[in-house]
Amino acid sequence: MTARVGIVVFPGSNCELDCQRSFERLGAQTEFVWHDDHVLPDVDIVVLPGGFAHGDYLRTGALARFSPIMQAVAEHAAAGKLLIGICNGFQVLCEAGLLPGALRKNEGLKFLCKWTELSVDVPGTPFTTRAERGQVLRVPINHFEGNWYADPDTLEQMRANDQIVFRYVKNPNGSLDGVAGIANDTGNVLGLMPHPERACESLLGSEDGAVIFGSMLDHVIHLQQTPAPV
Amino acid sequence: MTFRAGVHVTLRPGIADPQGLTIERALPALGYEGVSGVRVGKLIEFELDAADSSEAESKVRGMCERLLANTVIESYTWNITSETVDGAREES
Repeated sequence: MTARVGIVVFPGSNCELDCQRSFERLGAQTEFVWHDDHVLPDVDIVVLPGGFAHGDYLRTGALARFSPIMQAVAEHAAAGKLLIGICNGFQVLCEAGLLPGALRKNEGLKFLCKWTELSVDVPGTPFTTRAERGQVLRVPINHFEGNWYADPDTLEQMRANDQIVFRYVKNPNGSLDGVAGIANDTGNVLGLMPHPERACESLLGSEDGAVIFGSMLDHVIHLQQTPAPV
Repeated sequence: MTFRAGVHVTLRPGIADPQGLTIERALPALGYEGVSGVRVGKLIEFELDAADSSEAESKVRGMCERLLANTVIESYTWNITSETVDGAREES
């Protein structure tokens, strides 16, 4: 059994090839989906990759959510299937209302391109089944607007609901509560600023990104092997 | 009628504005003391057709809520002026 991964390409996306290579090395089938399409192919996982969708004009992610494919992406998520937004993809998911909060400019007003360490605070999600609680993953960041914010009530609710999945060991950008990656309230949509697709082979300096992608593939294959309820 | 709209978008009060802070720290170096509360934002200007000023306002409010501002972190204000027949402008 194989998991099928659809990688959405917006004008300005630039991490789609890295995502394709990393998912395929882990045994998945991948397909690119152009932002102007209205329907998704038959896929188990949708990836919104990093980059500068629509030039990031107005605000990061603000215009990408109006791309025709986003309606189908929202329906994919509403059906409980896995959706991951990486970096710019995370920003798009927040702007589209598929994840809570918003991404602000980094606290120090610097574009940050460096390795970070993430702590897995919620194991057992479809994105972290291969990790243990508190496990530290080494994954690089590459962004200017990674400083996540939500109002205090939302944050409290998210903590109680185990939605703060990844935190930085050392907060690089001022992100509220050290947030590096969050899930939606049903746990099938994840957004994170670090780039797992750039940390899936030892040649690149870390294979820890494969913990996240591999968990997603395990989740899909587990569902495929579980007989549907009669 | 054609209206001219100007929408100002800034980070909401209480949301740290690192650009504003940096400017605020720079001004005293030029001798401008006593400046506080600097906020950096965007100005979005456009022309808009609407039947009357209340329709224009309701359209602009909708645009702000749905696209021009991200109300999780930003607040907005606007002003709308109408172009009259003789080309003069009136504030609404």
